Amino acid sequence: MEALNNFWSIYSNLVLSLGINALLALSIWLTLSCGMLAMANAAFMGIGAYAASVLTLNYGWSFPPAILAGMAAPAFTAFVIGKPTLRLSGVYLAMATLAFGEVVRIAVLNTESVTGGALGLNGIPQLTEWWHVLLAVVLVMAGLWRLRRSKVGRAFEAIKEDETAAGLMGIDVGGHKMLAFVLGAAIAGLAGTLNAHLTFFIGPNEYGFDRGVEILTMAILGGINSLLGPVAGGVILTVLPELLRSVGDFRLVLNGFILVLIVLFLPKGIWDSLRTARWLGGKGAGA
Amino acid sequence: MNANDNHRSAVPLLEMQNVSRHFGGLKVLQDVSFSVPQGGVFGLIGPNGAGKTTVFNLITGLLPVTSGHIRFQGDDLAGRRPHQITRAGIARTFQNIRIFKEMSLLENVMVGMHAHLSYGPLGWLAGTGLFRSEERRARDRARELLSWVKLDHKASDVADNLSYGDQRKLELARALATEPRLLLLDEPVAGMNSVEKTDLMHEIRNISARGYTIFMIEHDMRFVMGLCEHIAVLNFGRIIAEGGPEAIRNDPQVIEAYLGREDDETHPQGAPA
Repeated sequence: MEALNNFWSIYSNLVLSLGINALLALSIWLTLSCGMLAMANAAFMGIGAYAASVLTLNYGWSFPPAILAGMAAPAFTAFVIGKPTLRLSGVYLAMATLAFGEVVRIAVLNTESVTGGALGLNGIPQLTEWWHVLLAVVLVMAGLWRLRRSKVGRAFEAIKEDETAAGLMGIDVGGHKMLAFVLGAAIAGLAGTLNAHLTFFIGPNEYGFDRGVEILTMAILGGINSLLGPVAGGVILTVLPELLRSVGDFRLVLNGFILVLIVLFLPKGIWDSLRTARWLGGKGAGA
Repeated sequence: MNANDNHRSAVPLLEMQNVSRHFGGLKVLQDVSFSVPQGGVFGLIGPNGAGKTTVFNLITGLLPVTSGHIRFQGDDLAGRRPHQITRAGIARTFQNIRIFKEMSLLENVMVGMHAHLSYGPLGWLAGTGLFRSEERRARDRARELLSWVKLDHKASDVADNLSYGDQRKLELARALATEPRLLLLDEPVAGMNSVEKTDLMHEIRNISARGYTIFMIEHDMRFVMGLCEHIAVLNFGRIIAEGGPEAIRNDPQVIEAYLGREDDETHPQGAPA
């Protein structure tokens, strides 16, 4: 018990980051599963974090309504910017959403009275409990798992494979893309809210380009053909830098090298359900 | 020809009225008018580049018309988006097959039933009884449609692994899943061998016999003559002839479009049967 307490006091932040990163990876998985390369999730995370933090910090809101606001704000923003940008596809959508991320970062920098500008928001109440994160991950995964098995999930997959054919199956392509984008933004906002009320401090640079690429890497690395993939990717990208701490100065070099190896040799991600099934099947036949 | 038949031909299922489509200065279709009657198999033929696939792209809303009207069951389709046109009762297949390759056959067909599954967000989130019964209905119906094209034994295979002919049949089953009144087939036997062609001709007859109206574009003259009761011929963006198979076969303009003029002296061997 003592050992466990010790472990928790040292690593609680890391363990909770696992959950938050898993949520972020799942948020971008939604748009990827619908065939869209949208890179705005870091910005949505930031919008959620700022919206909720301002409410708890300055207006004394309790946590549950603040979480809802932290999800609603990015979802609404996604709806507004989705109207013009979701017409774009491929790298053009990625470019437009990246640009949106920059707009958000600079807007935060220049609205000092509300967001604290470059200094960020300090002294955010630490309201996030470990079980909040766990519950959020479980609920989001359960919801997405159900979605995948419904007509909506099939529609996403159809749009990913062939947008024109999907439309001619009676699927409202624009509406479903918007749904994926807005839901993804809400999940990213949830992650941002939980994270902000864990770390005491948030600043505009936490939600920039680097974070956006990291979120995408988690999902791609883990594999986007199942829900476990993004979660696995989130876990690896969180834990790997910690495991490599002993290497010292070369930590980030080795970190990048391992990621390159994974992408080279497992192009469909760590968690490829088909390959896993084949391995398990092969073992079963051999035994 | 009894009174009932006359009445039916008076209200066409699909009507093209002076439809034109230009791409910049290129006039792909000019004043195309014809109508597809309710029931039976209608064929649109014409040499390569005559604008046949453009006709389908206009009907299904993938392209807007430059001028003219397309009416389905009397309603103008102008301004409707592809999924709305599908829901109105028009389904199509593609010349270059466009199945969802990474999905199973069953899922492919179930995608086609998207608009006919009547559960909302609460249904799939909570897994209500309605959700389960609707999904079961969809699965059963998808299996039935696969059995129509004799693919039910491969229902859980990945679509990409199917042979070319089977992929076309899957596309047919998927189109039927949208519950269309009019089925558009874009060169259904392109690239098929003669066994596959005979097989597909049989399937199309069966589908027609189930009461679906079929409108097909085709190159293969024997296939068209064997299936269609009514044929329109498109050449350089204009309708040059319309009528039954026999009339089309003997129409001098059609013969010229396909074989060239008499004074060319050369008669290619694969002359239309």
